[in-house]
Amino acid sequence: MMQLLHFTTIAAVLATSFVLTAGAQQPPPGQQTPPQQPSDIRIAIEGPPGLPPRIAVPEFIALTNDAETIAAAKTISQVLWEDLNFEREFYMVGRDTYKTIPPPPSLDQIALDRWKEIGADGLLVGSVRKTGSGVTVQFRLIKVLTGQSALGKEYSGLPATIQMPANRFYAHTISDEVHKQQIGLDGVARTKLAFTSDRDGDRIKGPLDNRGVSNLYMSDYDGARQARVTISRAQDISPMWAPDGRSLAFSSWRSGYQDLYIIFPYGGPPIQNPTRGTPEKQSYLPAWSPDGTKLAFTSSRDGNPEIYVMNRDGSGVQRVTNHPAIDATPTWSPTGTQIAFTSDRSGSPQIYIANVDGTGLVKITSESACDRPTWSPSPWNEIAYSSRLGGGNIIRVYDLKTQTPRALTDDIGNNESPSFAPNGRHVAFVSSRSGKEQIFTIARDGKDLRQITRVGNNRYPNWSRYPPEK
Amino acid sequence: MKHRQHVTVWVVLALALGVSCAKKKPPVARPTTPPPGATADNNRTPAPPTPVTEPTPVPPEPAEDTLASRDIDQINKNSPFQPVFFAFDSSELDNAGQQSLNTNAEILKKYATWVITIEGHADERGTAEYNLALGERRAVAARTYLVSLGIPADRLRTVSYGKEFPFDPGHDEAAWAKNRRAQFVVTSK
Repeated sequence: MMQLLHFTTIAAVLATSFVLTAGAQQPPPGQQTPPQQPSDIRIAIEGPPGLPPRIAVPEFIALTNDAETIAAAKTISQVLWEDLNFEREFYMVGRDTYKTIPPPPSLDQIALDRWKEIGADGLLVGSVRKTGSGVTVQFRLIKVLTGQSALGKEYSGLPATIQMPANRFYAHTISDEVHKQQIGLDGVARTKLAFTSDRDGDRIKGPLDNRGVSNLYMSDYDGARQARVTISRAQDISPMWAPDGRSLAFSSWRSGYQDLYIIFPYGGPPIQNPTRGTPEKQSYLPAWSPDGTKLAFTSSRDGNPEIYVMNRDGSGVQRVTNHPAIDATPTWSPTGTQIAFTSDRSGSPQIYIANVDGTGLVKITSESACDRPTWSPSPWNEIAYSSRLGGGNIIRVYDLKTQTPRALTDDIGNNESPSFAPNGRHVAFVSSRSGKEQIFTIARDGKDLRQITRVGNNRYPNWSRYPPEK
Repeated sequence: MKHRQHVTVWVVLALALGVSCAKKKPPVARPTTPPPGATADNNRTPAPPTPVTEPTPVPPEPAEDTLASRDIDQINKNSPFQPVFFAFDSSELDNAGQQSLNTNAEILKKYATWVITIEGHADERGTAEYNLALGERRAVAARTYLVSLGIPADRLRTVSYGKEFPFDPGHDEAAWAKNRRAQFVVTSK
């Protein structure tokens, strides 16, 4: 009974989020177009009434008998199962359940009896074949009830390198494809996390206190494939993915004072320094406008921490706030017309919203202390932030429609620096709950807490908007 | 050490070249078999398979070293300057803080060519982002007071490190009190 209730809840959430997600892709009001109908007749994998579809992902078939292909088949099917499980739209049948079912000889000869027996509604099968420069991956989503193929594609072309083993990305691509085609959901399997880490034990250049240095790192959404992005003998913090997923704006002390930089982790232009700071003109905590043309940031160039906005090349600087208290930590509304930020003008740090020109100021929190507002992507109309509770902080989410905050995390350890997944269904944040400071992700209902990093101290997570294009 | 760095650079370059060569090969793309039973597909050729591309992160390059150590390191290791401490979530100077700054002002008057950087720091209880602004306010408060004592503003730089570099790594009030500070570093002399 408990189980049934649980599924019903998921199904309800599924229905709601489907509608909302579809809304997210529509242009702003006034020029709305009806949702696109898929050009093919879509075969939907359906679960029993009121329950999510049950999906099985047996190990992909290795069509060539070499170690690389066998490893790829194993990895892709395992990662694909985890990717699909992450969004909790399908009931993923545990892979142990069907370990004893012999793999089909090919994708065209699949006996469905055993899969019907274990109650699978959808069967995701695939094959991997070695080619000259990598592998070719084929998958098929089969409706077990009828044997129909709901979706089938073939991929190749990813060069596997030491830094970026390709197998996981094939799985991520298939997962995003299945979520999109089956339920219209923009999955996040191909998105990236950026964060800072002191894992490599670098020390700051200079005489003071033997200080450890944090630099920028990135990883897949699930924490796999972690890679270093910057090497500086100074602190680099607060990475923020540009909306196109190609560059990161961040704060650094590499010139001896705080200033903003933009780095291209996949190559491209050399590192940029749009603010062109001086010791008297320092800038920190950048935030991209949703269209990627502007950056909001904090600066004391006029004597006191205030919010400013500029074009991404550093031109057209405009001041947003003007108050003798601290104004810091900006985040943009999804429409790009408003900015939320932290101000202690009431006597303690709280979250405020203003129009980009500084008008229309509204205080939205009245708690002990709040910081790092981060506006959700549409259609969720929410702001996540850290909120002081007891000796530490928890992550809260403020619903702008109902004007009520709710707790997203518990108060184990210190929890701060929230960042929304691009579909708004998860939040990454920093927590000291496991000892050192580590990156975690949590679902928007407070379930499914996952630890992303484990080595060193890791902080300032930022979730990319979209998968990087080539 | 220098030599090893060079070797690393070459290895990295070689890797990068290998990557870009591999990239230049056109992705293999050939039609997949049409899904059996998908009725809509019966009368036309299937769409060609999607070549998957994922950009490869380039190896990070070391940033230019603009903070090369100089012999003022020795001064800073046994700094003659007194740190200034602050109350929780405050950038106001108390009496003890003003006393420390009076002492520091005397040193700055004696060594009239020294340029110093005042670092503002915060304890770990505040959040990382807000503490950057709070540390900045602390550094600026110390600077403003020193200027009022006659120290030229252009000899006093400020920088905030928020809670990035605690002086005491502990997690109690004794440690936090030491970490809510303005710290003085000789930058040039």
